[in-house]
Amino acid sequence: MGLQAYLILAATVFCIGLFGVVTRRNTIGILLGIELMLNAVNINLVAFSHFNATATGLVFTLFTICITVSEAAIGLALVILLFRVRRTVMADHLDLLKG
Amino acid sequence: MMTDRGSLALLSLLLPAISFLILAIVAPLRRLGRPAAYLSILFAAGALVTAVLAWLTLAFIPVSIEWAWLPSHGVSLATVGVLADEDSTLMLILVTLVAFLVQLYSLEYLNDEPPVALGRYYTYQSLFAFSMMGLVLAPNLLQLFICWELVGLCSYLLIGFWYQKPEAARAAVKAFWTTKAGDVGLLIGIVLLWRVTGTFDLRELRGLVTSGVLPVDGLSLITLCIYLGAAGKSAQFPLHTWLPDAMEGPTPVSALIHAATMVTAGVYLLHRTVFLFPPDVLMVVVWIGAFTALLAAVLACVQDDIKRVLAYSTVSQLGYMMAAIGAGFSAVGFFHLLTHGLFKALLFLGAGAVIHAVHSNDLSHMGGLVKKMPQTALVFVIGTLSLAGIPLFGGFLSKEEILGATLAGHQIGPFVLLMIVAFLTAFYMFRVVFLAFFAVRATHASPLHVGAGAAMGPTHSSPGHEHAHAPHDPSPVMMLPLWVLALLSLGVGIYSTVVGRVLQFGPGAEGAAEHVAPSWLTPAAVGVAIAGIGLAWLVYQRRSIDAGKLAAAFGPIRTAALHKFWIDDIYERVLALALLTLSRMVGWLDRYLVDGVLNVVSAWTVSGGNVLRTVQTGRAQDYVYGVAVGLLILILWMRWALT
Repeated sequence: MGLQAYLILAATVFCIGLFGVVTRRNTIGILLGIELMLNAVNINLVAFSHFNATATGLVFTLFTICITVSEAAIGLALVILLFRVRRTVMADHLDLLKG
Repeated sequence: MMTDRGSLALLSLLLPAISFLILAIVAPLRRLGRPAAYLSILFAAGALVTAVLAWLTLAFIPVSIEWAWLPSHGVSLATVGVLADEDSTLMLILVTLVAFLVQLYSLEYLNDEPPVALGRYYTYQSLFAFSMMGLVLAPNLLQLFICWELVGLCSYLLIGFWYQKPEAARAAVKAFWTTKAGDVGLLIGIVLLWRVTGTFDLRELRGLVTSGVLPVDGLSLITLCIYLGAAGKSAQFPLHTWLPDAMEGPTPVSALIHAATMVTAGVYLLHRTVFLFPPDVLMVVVWIGAFTALLAAVLACVQDDIKRVLAYSTVSQLGYMMAAIGAGFSAVGFFHLLTHGLFKALLFLGAGAVIHAVHSNDLSHMGGLVKKMPQTALVFVIGTLSLAGIPLFGGFLSKEEILGATLAGHQIGPFVLLMIVAFLTAFYMFRVVFLAFFAVRATHASPLHVGAGAAMGPTHSSPGHEHAHAPHDPSPVMMLPLWVLALLSLGVGIYSTVVGRVLQFGPGAEGAAEHVAPSWLTPAAVGVAIAGIGLAWLVYQRRSIDAGKLAAAFGPIRTAALHKFWIDDIYERVLALALLTLSRMVGWLDRYLVDGVLNVVSAWTVSGGNVLRTVQTGRAQDYVYGVAVGLLILILWMRWALT
């Protein structure tokens, strides 16, 4: 399989993630979408690293996974706090910025 | 040591300026009152002495000391300084003399004023003296205009000296605005003249006339604008209405500003610039001058207020001077300006002495004063005879020369008007003399009298007096200026009657063009004057003609004159109408056009904001959606549009 197949897979996963972020009503679902998008990027990095025969992409992927983990931790903490304050985690009810 | 004419004139100009600055800056001195007065009088006396010295220092060419002002491209656009020639130094003597005498006289006249007011009065007096001298000595029209406005300001301040009186405050504002209406014309005229010629300098302008550069097209309009300024200042019809009201100020102020000096500034301006005037504008000047003279003389005949008679008389005599200038003999008009300055100041100060003694302006409160105030009566009669134009008295030759000048200028219409005025002048002045000094008062109880001025009563004179003592001649401080002016009027009169022309006008002056008056002129002019005196004697002294019947004979004219020919009313109506119409128009524009545009714009903004705010849903997912779509559009745009 060539590079193109990996890139199509990554783009597909990214679009699924974006779709989840835009459409999910549940905040935890949005966080899941974000995880998907980040992992689509990881697939890209690994694929390029493999086909270019350099280690840079691999190192960068490890780095991204660390960031993603902390992001997920902070994101879940935020969701719990949000639930305590607003008694809801439904994204379409969180519209205090409405103009 | 400064001995030349220019330096002396400059010194004379600076003395009142120094006095003003000291009084203006050193407030404690000003508030002391009398010391401030002494300082101002001292400097005025110094100015008088240096002015006389400047005149005596004979110089056949005009001397000027000038400093560059408003520099532009290496040359100065305008200068400031003094231009000392025959005319300006002569006028300077008149200004300083009357200013000095008036300041001396005021010391006694305003005796009852509080010290603060007295100090204020003398500060204004010093400023006025400086401004008027700066006007007289101005080497260019720009400096002249600045001083012109300054004297207007002093006039305003001094008319409103008793500013607690509503009439005085009103009169001050009226005087200021009416003259200002003319001043706008003067400013426009000066600027237009500069655009045509490129200079403000009087001597350069004269040079342009001799070298034939002037006259140019449009000069008529320019000179008409300059004449408008002169007409406002010199109270020519239709801008004459402010001068009688200006009598609300203290009488010495009327003598100085509204008789001898400031109101003659218009005549002086025309005398200085008459070489610019084309014949058609001079025609306007002579007719308006003669008409003003007649109008004011008629008005003077029906006044009961002694100061108002004198005020209308001043307007009338200014008309005389203007007529002489318009007829082409400006030197004659200037000559009358000088003699008139002497005897009119004398008359005003004499009237002031009477007012000071009687505590009323009303002629019906006077009568038989010759026994109580013999000296005042004597000098007042000298002034009156001068004004009437009787030989051996001050105004004789100058008045007759004006009549001769209108004849020589082939202005038959104005000549006839001025002859009538000569008769009326003698009549109304001797009416005052007989009513105030000689005739016995009809009734002693003044409240029974219902006259134009009776209602005002004693408030017209300096307030604070009581009817404690009988009228008597004033103290020497007040008598001295009267006698000086009376003797000068007499001296000039006798000299001019015997020798003929008194003043040697400089070479090149218009007056050098001698005119030959017909031999019947002198007897005719003196004849009408004596006829006027005779009529006044018959009516008001002998009472062989009933004053009421005489008045009835002139029914409509008298009614009209009592209403000042409704000129004030017309102004009030027209101005009120114009102002209200304008205000309504401006109000409509503001309410519906300016406010309308603003309201529409703000309404659009509000509704536009209301539409746009719905974009901001506040939901994070919508923003993400927006970002995603935006990114997609950007990528597509980069893909197809940029490659």
